[in-house]
Amino acid sequence: MKIIVLVKEVPDTYGDRKLNLETGLADREASETVIDEIGERALELALTYADANEGTEVAVLSLAPEGATATIRKGLAMGAGSATHISDEALRGADLGLTAETLAAAIRRVEFDLVITGNVSTDGSGGMIPAMLAELLDVPLATGLSSVQISDGAVSGSRPVESGVQQVSATLPAVISITEALPGPRFPNFKGIMAAKKKPVEVLTLADLGVTADNPDAARSIMLTVAEKPPHAAGVKIIDEGDAGEKLADFLIENRLA
Amino acid sequence: MTDFPRDAILVVVEAQASGELEKAAPGLFGAAAAVGTPVALVLAAPGAGSAAEAAVLGAAHVLIAETPDPSALGVPSVDALAAAVEQVQPDAILISHSLNGRDLAGRYAARSRAAISADAIGVSRDDEGVVAHHSVYGGAYNVTSTSTFGAPVITVRQGSVDARATAQPQASETLAVTPSGKPAARIDSFEEAVAATSRPELRGAAKVVAGGRGLGSEEQFALVGQLADTLGAAVGASRAAVDAGYIPQSHQVGQTGVSVSSQLYIALGISGAIQHRAGMQTAKTIVAINKDSDAPIFEIADYGVVGDLFKVVPQLISALEARKK
Ligand SMILES: Cc1cc2nc3c(=O)[nH]c(=O)nc-3n(C[C@H](O)[C@H](O)[C@H](O)COP(=O)(O)OP(=O)(O)OC[C@H]3O[C@@H](n4cnc5c(N)ncnc54)[C@H](O)[C@@H]3O)c2cc1C
Repeated sequence: MKIIVLVKEVPDTYGDRKLNLETGLADREASETVIDEIGERALELALTYADANEGTEVAVLSLAPEGATATIRKGLAMGAGSATHISDEALRGADLGLTAETLAAAIRRVEFDLVITGNVSTDGSGGMIPAMLAELLDVPLATGLSSVQISDGAVSGSRPVESGVQQVSATLPAVISITEALPGPRFPNFKGIMAAKKKPVEVLTLADLGVTADNPDAARSIMLTVAEKPPHAAGVKIIDEGDAGEKLADFLIENRLA
Repeated sequence: MTDFPRDAILVVVEAQASGELEKAAPGLFGAAAAVGTPVALVLAAPGAGSAAEAAVLGAAHVLIAETPDPSALGVPSVDALAAAVEQVQPDAILISHSLNGRDLAGRYAARSRAAISADAIGVSRDDEGVVAHHSVYGGAYNVTSTSTFGAPVITVRQGSVDARATAQPQASETLAVTPSGKPAARIDSFEEAVAATSRPELRGAAKVVAGGRGLGSEEQFALVGQLADTLGAAVGASRAAVDAGYIPQSHQVGQTGVSVSSQLYIALGISGAIQHRAGMQTAKTIVAINKDSDAPIFEIADYGVVGDLFKVVPQLISALEARKK
């Protein structure tokens, strides 16, 4: 079984996240970057399966700027066997379409059984890459899984939707995405960190993948304007002296909120 | 063949198992009507397609696509959307930013090489076409986007559009769809959620009362619901409260949960971690009750109470009840 896990490098949600007001792109200087937590959970799912099923190959795939090596190494330190890092200046500011096309081209080069991704990234909040990949790779898609069972040749799980919960299944190869209901990641141990240094990291450019960033046949999403919103300012703060409930009721009623 | 309006906005809505359209439908038609003429594509199970509700919500024309294979996940909807776009030639396609909506938008855009504007909170029109408006990084930035050419596929955040379209006379037809034969996952079974509460829906709620780890237990979390009911508010929660099992994940507010922009947001026993704030800091009035006066939630609270929520909230509820009389 070969499992490919998609991991995305994102601005750390614990820090200040900034957009460059001229380009509309993430300001990479302003914040620390980390592997998106949901990608770590996706990797944890793959590694848990690999632990129990000998002969499972787990590879991480990331489309990220040149400097993203540390986050990719973290995936290897957690236990992935190999990594592919797609990095190309022409991908700066890539929209969903170009991102999906590029990732699909990289995935197509190998015989895979299962692609696992997070359901939504914390920076883009698009949550569409898994669907786009399934379409481009011509395989079944099961998104937003809150529990997953992987077996030889099939994958299944629970899929909460607006009106209830579906039980879904797909034959492999397939693309799935998971929610944060799945377990959090293991911490890389010393052995893992040392081993990661010897694991292969393949670095690919768009040319290697035969993808052109400015394909005239593909419509692209473009940002027109970017504006910063002032943060919500603080108002009054009272310390409860036994009557704060009463005072708060007054505040709500005065402001027609109750 | 029907002549579709030249400024058609194709609005894709799913009919639920109950036969009703998905909850996001009124907002989608409301958004569409502001930039063009809404044309609906109703995706339904066999025998469940109806044009009536879409027309009431503002669709000038309704295309009905009943899936040929109800257990195939997603693919029949993509095939139907492709057929509808072919016929309608819309200026934009609006779909809910729900799980199914994201799958549909992503697959269709990949298939047709259309551009996606994801997670929009509104749409407008400029000289060149339809523009999507987004609230990015937890409401810290406002961004607009569009497509370099062709109709953009825009997914609209649930509950983010208040505008409603005026009802239209019913005009509908069945859409002829050629199946693509693309492989799909199977829906093996479906358990419908029973609406156990008459409380407002969290997405798009005017008022939200949210509880965090400070509630201490599932039993004590009931206090959040009591205050919510007194105010006619929806119930929200922090991720810590969800992780502790106090309340289901669908109530989570924040970075990886629901984003709300309510008139009122009351945070009880929530520290105000940056990822929680990302889902609620665009609320108009924020109230926080927390026993730690240094809790970061106070940095954005219009009215902060430093105190024990188990004392303050019962007093607040009785004060509000007393004044209602
Ligand atoms: C990638 C990522 C995504 C995340 N997404 C989300 C998200 O979507 N939503 C979210 O909420 N979090 C999210 N988090 C988690 C977030 O970082 C915090 O861990 C979480 O918000 C904390 O929840 P809390 O405020 O309930 O708990 P705590 O931080 O433990 O705060 C509990 C608060 O209750 C107060 N308290 C305790 N007892 C009382 C009492 N009797 N009276 C009054 N106050 C009391 C305490 O003073 C404390 O401030 C995310 C984290 C990551 C890394």
